[in-house]
Amino acid sequence: MRAQFVLSEIGVGLRRNLTMTFAVIVSVALSLALAGGSLLAREQVSTMKGYWYDKVQVSIYLCNKNDASTDPNCAKGAVTGQQKRAIKSDLGKLDVVEKIYHESADDAYKHYKEQFKDSPLADSLTPDQMQESYRVKLKDPTKYKVLQTAFSGRQGVQEVQDQRGTLEPLFNLLNGMNIAALCVMAMMLIVALLLIVNTVRVSAFSRRRETGIMRLVGASSFYIQMPFILEAAIAGLIGAGFACVLLVLGKYFLINNWLQQKIVLINFIGWDAVIKVLPLILAVGVLMPAVAAFFTLRKYLKV
Amino acid sequence: MIRFDSVSKSYPKQNRPALRDVSLDIERGEFVFLVGSSGSGKSTFLRLILREERASSGQVHVLGKDLARLSNWKVPHMRRQLGTVFQDFRLLGNKTVGENVAFALEVIGKSRGQIRKTVPEVLDLVGLGGKEDRMPGELSGGEQQRVAIARAFANRPMLLIADEPTGNLDPQTSVGIMKLLDRINRTGTTVVMATHDQQIVDQMRKRVIELEMGRLVRDQSRGVYGYQH
Repeated sequence: MRAQFVLSEIGVGLRRNLTMTFAVIVSVALSLALAGGSLLAREQVSTMKGYWYDKVQVSIYLCNKNDASTDPNCAKGAVTGQQKRAIKSDLGKLDVVEKIYHESADDAYKHYKEQFKDSPLADSLTPDQMQESYRVKLKDPTKYKVLQTAFSGRQGVQEVQDQRGTLEPLFNLLNGMNIAALCVMAMMLIVALLLIVNTVRVSAFSRRRETGIMRLVGASSFYIQMPFILEAAIAGLIGAGFACVLLVLGKYFLINNWLQQKIVLINFIGWDAVIKVLPLILAVGVLMPAVAAFFTLRKYLKV
Repeated sequence: MIRFDSVSKSYPKQNRPALRDVSLDIERGEFVFLVGSSGSGKSTFLRLILREERASSGQVHVLGKDLARLSNWKVPHMRRQLGTVFQDFRLLGNKTVGENVAFALEVIGKSRGQIRKTVPEVLDLVGLGGKEDRMPGELSGGEQQRVAIARAFANRPMLLIADEPTGNLDPQTSVGIMKLLDRINRTGTTVVMATHDQQIVDQMRKRVIELEMGRLVRDQSRGVYGYQH
């Protein structure tokens, strides 16, 4: 196969179909940017969930020696070994409890470090500031109140926290936005596919003389179809490139320069998450149009 | 070279088959005229040889291959051993004469060196030496058909299929084209030519195959266009 010949054919094809090519690029760029955005939003949710979110519903934070001065619940100082044993055995007696995890201060520090590794918050704490806790998985997650009445105010317990109560509304919002983004993406994707099919069809039609002659002299169907498929793939690649640029700009301006300044306590996705998504977008951007072109040609370019 | 074995071809949505039970042999090096009125099945006959269509029943052998059993991806390779010429020349108007011939060689993957050598050679052969850089639009009909023949012959095919190659040309120019086809035939290439041109058929006295309503009604060596009474 002569590369130069194929390349010049592609150049001619893309220029001949400039408006259609442009439409393909824009629709591919938008749909892939939305797809990437929703992947990143999912990543954001899992970043925020931290170590315990999917494992337990209720956290019973135990008093730390530093809390004695700041928190009235812990006025008597750090939790004692006896208190811990009592709490644990009482938890075990409750019917609603399915499983109890114990998180030591060191474990807590480790999990915290892991979750906030990209954030300046990670360096602001030391292990002895962390709280020991019991993490409780319930048979029925709605029965959180039972634990709260049983354990809050108890000696050595700082706070009983419904893990989900705080984050759930935010996640619901994110999920809703995610679903909306996916719906728009699906529609854009359909538009992109239809545009590609149409572009390839027009392209094949405007070059039917050439392809007819190619067929007659015995060019392989691969050789005949290649320029059309590459044309679609190149348009898709350019679109995917724009989608990547949009995502990087979004991460930079929306997260780094705005949200991260406003909301310090939330751990946002890092550049590594963005960089992981980009190759995927480029691959989809190239393959989807190429496959669409291939199937279109089977119909419109008889061999 | 070509063998039809009780070949029939019907197209969907047409009650009358385009070809009905046609059997014949064309040997290597023959020159065959295919005659018959419009709709008699000439085009279908040629399309079957080129495997643009498949026979509905019967067997078509071309260059020793059973076309029914030839898989789709091998068809291009089969076609490389055939040359085709049409009434409407089928040249690319935006490419020069030389580029038109080169195009046929490029798309079957010939090397640039080979192409540079072959193109002037075949253009010389068809009597268009030195017109390599002209555009097809600047040439007369006869010259354009010569370009098409050069393109068909560039790959030195064993078999040349011509579908009314003189249909758009005046009688004098046609004679020139026929002389060229005759010369190509003398190099050993089998030529099958569909035509309506009575004068040419009568002059050349080659084998004549006549189709009528899809049936083979005459197969005559050294024949003429119409029936001999």
